Amino acid sequence: MAKKSIKIRAKAKNGVVTVKALISHKMETGLRKDKKTGKVIPAHFIEAVDCDHNGAPVMNAEWGVAISKNPYLSFKFAGASGDAVKLTWKDNTGKSDSLETKVK
Amino acid sequence: MQRRHFLKNTMATGAVALAATSGLLVPLKVLAWNKEAFDAKDVQSAMKGSIGTELTEASDKITIKAPDIAENGAVVPVTISSALSGVKSITILSEKNGTPLIAKFNLKGKAEAFVSTRIKMGKTSNVIAICESGGKFYSARKEVKVTIGGCGG
Repeated sequence: MAKKSIKIRAKAKNGVVTVKALISHKMETGLRKDKKTGKVIPAHFIEAVDCDHNGAPVMNAEWGVAISKNPYLSFKFAGASGDAVKLTWKDNTGKSDSLETKVK
Repeated sequence: MQRRHFLKNTMATGAVALAATSGLLVPLKVLAWNKEAFDAKDVQSAMKGSIGTELTEASDKITIKAPDIAENGAVVPVTISSALSGVKSITILSEKNGTPLIAKFNLKGKAEAFVSTRIKMGKTSNVIAICESGGKFYSARKEVKVTIGGCGG
């Protein structure tokens, strides 16, 4: 995949960093059927999202299939501008991606 | 020779135990995906699987921001924040989904009790948010009316 699957925006305000992230992923539940063939489309979804702040974990999420397609995620932690924020996701087929950015 | 092996083995296991107790191991790499909890068909077993108990205390210190009426159940924006101190995890469930457990966010270090995401909802039901604070579980719920379901199709 040439294109990055993650977009992050992290902004610091009064010592609190707000991270907003968009991941492009189809989040297939495994319950839908293909309209043409009638076969069940296999589940394909992100099961874990990790976030590190300056190398130390601040959040790790366990996700089920009920997170919407192209997931949006936002969370906050105490930090300052210039800090490093790294987001990593892993899906049920073993694929993963990560992106590191600086807090604005 | 045997004695040497013995020493080596005890040292190795000792180091692992030390790493585990001092929290050096990153949980994500140790814990596999919680299949049991995410596959649970009812709220009680989903709660039991994810947080280890089905008993929570209703709290007004948890705020769930979600629409009263969601037109599209496939994308329901949900924001959960809490005034409780030292929140360790936030768990989101949708009562009438085929599998109620949606997500669990483990918060560490400097993280604040705030999480926002978008979820899928099968039909009109309560969204339940559970916050873990000081070894206790607090919950809040909010009803979201869904006009078009977002599960299956």
